[in-house]
Amino acid sequence: MSNAKSRQGLNMFFTVLLTVLAVLYVYPAFMILINSFKVETAISTSTVFQLPTADTFAGLANYVAAVVSQGFLQSFFYSAFITVSAVALILLCCSMCAWYITRVDNPFCKAIYYLCVFSMVVPFQMVMFTLAQTADGIKLNNPYNICIIYLGFGAGLAVFMFCGFAKTIPLEIEEAATIDGCNPVQTYGLVVLPILKPTLISVAILQAMWVWNDYLLPTLVLDIRQYRTIPMLIQYFRGSYGRVEMGPMMACIMLTILPIIVFYLACQKYIIEGVVAGAVKG
Amino acid sequence: MNKTLKKYFPLFVLPTLVAFTIGFIIPFAEGIYLSFCKFTTVNNAQWVGISNYITALKDETFLHSFWFTVAFTVVSTISINLLAFVVALVLTRGIKGTNIFRTVFFLPNLIGGIVLGYIWQILINCVLSLVEQPLLSLNTPAGYWGLIILMAWQQVGYMMIIYIAGLQNVSPDLLEAAAIDGANSWQTLIKIKLPMVMSSVTICLFLTLTNSFKLFDQNLSLTGGEPNHATEMLALNIYNTFYARAGAQWKGIGQAKAVIFFIVVVVIALVQLRATRSKEVQQ
Repeated sequence: MSNAKSRQGLNMFFTVLLTVLAVLYVYPAFMILINSFKVETAISTSTVFQLPTADTFAGLANYVAAVVSQGFLQSFFYSAFITVSAVALILLCCSMCAWYITRVDNPFCKAIYYLCVFSMVVPFQMVMFTLAQTADGIKLNNPYNICIIYLGFGAGLAVFMFCGFAKTIPLEIEEAATIDGCNPVQTYGLVVLPILKPTLISVAILQAMWVWNDYLLPTLVLDIRQYRTIPMLIQYFRGSYGRVEMGPMMACIMLTILPIIVFYLACQKYIIEGVVAGAVKG
Repeated sequence: MNKTLKKYFPLFVLPTLVAFTIGFIIPFAEGIYLSFCKFTTVNNAQWVGISNYITALKDETFLHSFWFTVAFTVVSTISINLLAFVVALVLTRGIKGTNIFRTVFFLPNLIGGIVLGYIWQILINCVLSLVEQPLLSLNTPAGYWGLIILMAWQQVGYMMIIYIAGLQNVSPDLLEAAAIDGANSWQTLIKIKLPMVMSSVTICLFLTLTNSFKLFDQNLSLTGGEPNHATEMLALNIYNTFYARAGAQWKGIGQAKAVIFFIVVVVIALVQLRATRSKEVQQ
C-alpha cells in the first residue's frame, strides 16, 4: 500500500516537473507570437517579455507587412511546390528502384544499394559546390525541376528504407500475381505498392521534413533574386537589410511555424511512426 | 519472374539512377578531383597537387572551427541523449498527460534550423541585455552555450521518441522476473532496461553525433560564426571559404577542407557504430 502511494507521489512530482519543462519548451514560440502583435517601436529588449498593451498593440499590421512587402505568399508557394513535387518523385522512383534491386539480386544492384547507404553519411558541404555547378549546367536551377536534384540527393535514405521493407514481402504473393497474368508494372502497382503503404508514409514524412526546411541546397541552386523558399526568405530578411524590422520578421516566423504546427497536430500519429520506422531501419 | 523483371530496368531503376548520378555520384567524384586543383568554376581547374590540403591544415580558422565543433559535439551529444533518455523513462511510467508532453517535446523538430536559430537569437539577446552582458555577436561563450541549448531544444524530442519505442519493446516478462528476484528500480534500469535498449542508443548516438558535427543552418542563423569566426563550426567554415573569401585559390582550399570534413565524419560514424553495436543484446 505504501509502495503504491509513494509511486503515486513520484508520478505527481514528474507531472509537475514535465509541465514546467513543457512550458519552457513552448515559451520561445510564444514570445515570438506576442511580439508579432506589437508596434515596431515597442519591440525592445526591455519590453520583449511583456504582453502587448493598448498602446503597443499593432493588430495584424505586421502580418500584412510580411505578406505584402516581403513576398511571403510567393515563397510559401515555392516551398510547397518544391516539397510536394520532390516527395512525390522520391516516393515513386525510389520505391520502384528499391523493389527492383531487392528482387534482381546481381552485383550491379548491390553496388547501387551500397552507394545509396554511403551517400547518407556524406556531408552536404562535400558536394555543394560541384552540385550547384552541375545543376546550373543542365538547367535544373528553378523551383519547377529542382525536384530532380532532391530525388538524387534523397535517394540514399529512401532506397535504403524501401529495401529494408521490400525484403520482408513474401515472394509467393508476387508469384501469384505473375501466374494470374500480371506483368511487373502491374505486380508493382497492384500488389507491392499497397503492401509498402506504411513505409511510403514514413519516407514521405522524413523527406518532407527535410525538403521543407532545407536552406543550403536551394540557396546554392536557385537564383535568390528570382526565387526564394521560406528558409531563404527568412535568411534574406536578416542578411540584406541595414536595420531589421523586427515586427514583420516575427510575423513571418509565425506564418512559417503555424502551417507546420497544424500539419503536425493533424498527422501526429504518422509523423511519430515515421520517425521510429526511419530510426529502426537506419 | 526475375527474367521478365530484368527487362524493365529502364523503367524501374533508370530514373533514380540518373538523378542519383547527377545529384550525388558526379558531384562527389568531381569534388574529390577538384580538391587537388585551383579553380573558380568546374571548367577552369588546374592541377596543383596536395597544396590545397597543406594550406587547409595550416588555416587557423579551420583548426579553430574543428576544435570548436568537437567541443560542441561532445557536450551536445551527451546532454541530448541523457535528457532524452530520462524524459523517455518518465513518459513510459504511464503518468497523466503523457501524450501532450510527447507532442510538445517533439514539436521543435519540425521547425527548420534557420527559423529556430532566429527565434533563439532574439530570445538569448534579450536575456543577455537584461543581465547586462554583451550580445551574441560579441560573446563567444554565450554563442557556444546558445548553440548547445538550441540543439538540445530541437533534438531531445526526436531522440525521446526513439528511446520510448525502445523502452516499450522491453519484454514485461523480464521486468517481472527482475521484480521477483528482488531488483530495485535502479538495478532494473541498469541491468535490464539499458542493455535491452542498446540498439536505440546506437541509433540516437549516431544521429546526434553526425547531426551535431554537420550542423550548419543553426550555426549560420544563431551566431553566423561571430565574433570574428570564434563560433564558426566546420560546415560554416567550409561554406565561408567557398563563398565569402576573395581570391581564386580559396575554392580549391574549401574543397580540400570538405574532403577532410567528409573523412572525419565517416571515421566518427564507423568508430561509434562499431563501439556501441558490440554492446547490443541479441533478442
